[in-house]
Amino acid sequence: MHIDLFDRYQTRGSPIHDLEPRVKVVVTVLFILSNVLLPDGAWLAFGLSFTFVLLISLLAKLGPKYLLKRSLIALPFVLVAISAIFTQSGESIGSLKIGSWILTISQNGLIRFASIVLRSWLSVQMAILLTATTQFPDLAHAFRHLRVPSVLVAIISFMYRYLFILSDEALRLVQAREARSARKPESKNSPSTWWKAKVTGNMVGQLFLRSYERSDRVYSAMLARGYDGNLLTLNPHAMHPKDWVMGALAVALLITLQVIARI
Amino acid sequence: MPIIHQPITKTKVPHPERITEDHRPVLLVDSLSFKYPDGHEALSKVSLQVNRGEKVALVGPNGAGKSTLLLHLIGILTGEGSVMISGLEAVKPNLSYIRSKVGLVFQDPDDQLFSPTVFEDVAFGPLHMGLPVEEIHQRVRRALEQVGMSGYGERLSHHLSAGEKKRIAIATVLSMDPEMLVLDEPSAGLDPRARRNLINLLQDLPITMLVSSHDMLMVRDLFPRMVIMDEGCIVADGSTENLLKNTPLLTAHGLELP
Repeated sequence: MHIDLFDRYQTRGSPIHDLEPRVKVVVTVLFILSNVLLPDGAWLAFGLSFTFVLLISLLAKLGPKYLLKRSLIALPFVLVAISAIFTQSGESIGSLKIGSWILTISQNGLIRFASIVLRSWLSVQMAILLTATTQFPDLAHAFRHLRVPSVLVAIISFMYRYLFILSDEALRLVQAREARSARKPESKNSPSTWWKAKVTGNMVGQLFLRSYERSDRVYSAMLARGYDGNLLTLNPHAMHPKDWVMGALAVALLITLQVIARI
Repeated sequence: MPIIHQPITKTKVPHPERITEDHRPVLLVDSLSFKYPDGHEALSKVSLQVNRGEKVALVGPNGAGKSTLLLHLIGILTGEGSVMISGLEAVKPNLSYIRSKVGLVFQDPDDQLFSPTVFEDVAFGPLHMGLPVEEIHQRVRRALEQVGMSGYGERLSHHLSAGEKKRIAIATVLSMDPEMLVLDEPSAGLDPRARRNLINLLQDLPITMLVSSHDMLMVRDLFPRMVIMDEGCIVADGSTENLLKNTPLLTAHGLELP
């Protein structure tokens, strides 16, 4: 029983996989920033941004289908922006009547909504590319090199390590519930929502207690091997000329993109 | 894992008797008592001596205090009485030295393997002992070789099988070059083949061992000496062959003949 739900790393040998993780993290963050800075309705720039993502996924030998499928996950969150359609002033192109409310759809609003959706979608794709081409430990090291506080990185690392165990434990709890959710053959109705909610609440509590106890044991195991508050690592990470070149190239592209968007 | 590329060189506890310690018992526990905060007495006046090269089994029912005793050996729990490792008392100033000399392998390898990759886990001990980088790499290589897992360095711990995790967990303490290996129920949860591999591995490791176990077959095959614990006390200590013949004794302490 093992959930590999969270492992996003795709093993390939590609120039993107071999790139220094620091460069990848920085470029990803800059790319997201660049998307945020693109003006509403700069369709050409959005198109170029998308080309940039496609180019990288091509270089990473991942193929556009993988990216498309994964990035759909983020779409529901984008729907939060739907209010933008109705709250912008400008030329009205129609209205919606809900009860006694009349919502006016403006052209500006529509453009803004489409831009927000595109921005988020592009940014999510880049983040997916980052996790698909970088092993998690390297990512954590990159954060450390980029001066993210060590406590934060330690917490993220442990979370990643124990996510799998916690999810396995949660799965076992769910299975144990299923195993005891038997019904008499003649009764048709399934267990009440209230009952399910109650059991779920207990399960969350159980999971917390188990994690808490495990954290205690893990800490003992760390003490047993000489841990004294400082986590050390041996992984060598060095910037090579090719990393600088790739990074500079990506930054130059992003700047060009911004210029084009504003012409 | 967070990152400091140069290991911090730590000041080792100077121990004048270290050179001449070879004739001393590796482990000497003298009337050790321990109460958990809730008042439950987990150990009462436990005394135990393990000499260099001995392989000793620690058996007894659940809740007998076996795991509690093992945690005392490296000072994670401290009770009344004394624990000496190669003549050095397990008190706070000595702990960093003692923890490199007593390799404790926890029952659940998922507690022991907390780093993302196997290499990082095996290197954790030597790295935190403040060894030079070259030696750390050498020790990791040797430890993985000893448990027959060479080439697993870059694997992610959570993708390994239970048997593999167990071996790696043992490698994580072997890399510290301990004088004594302490294992808490090592064969629990392993399939027969993984169990057999583990037994062969423990058989071949030329190192002092104290192993708590319910696996009486393994105890019979592997450990010439057996210590029985029950309700926080040591109730028997002797040759495995003789103790296993004493059916009334085994039954009285919830054990079964293999």
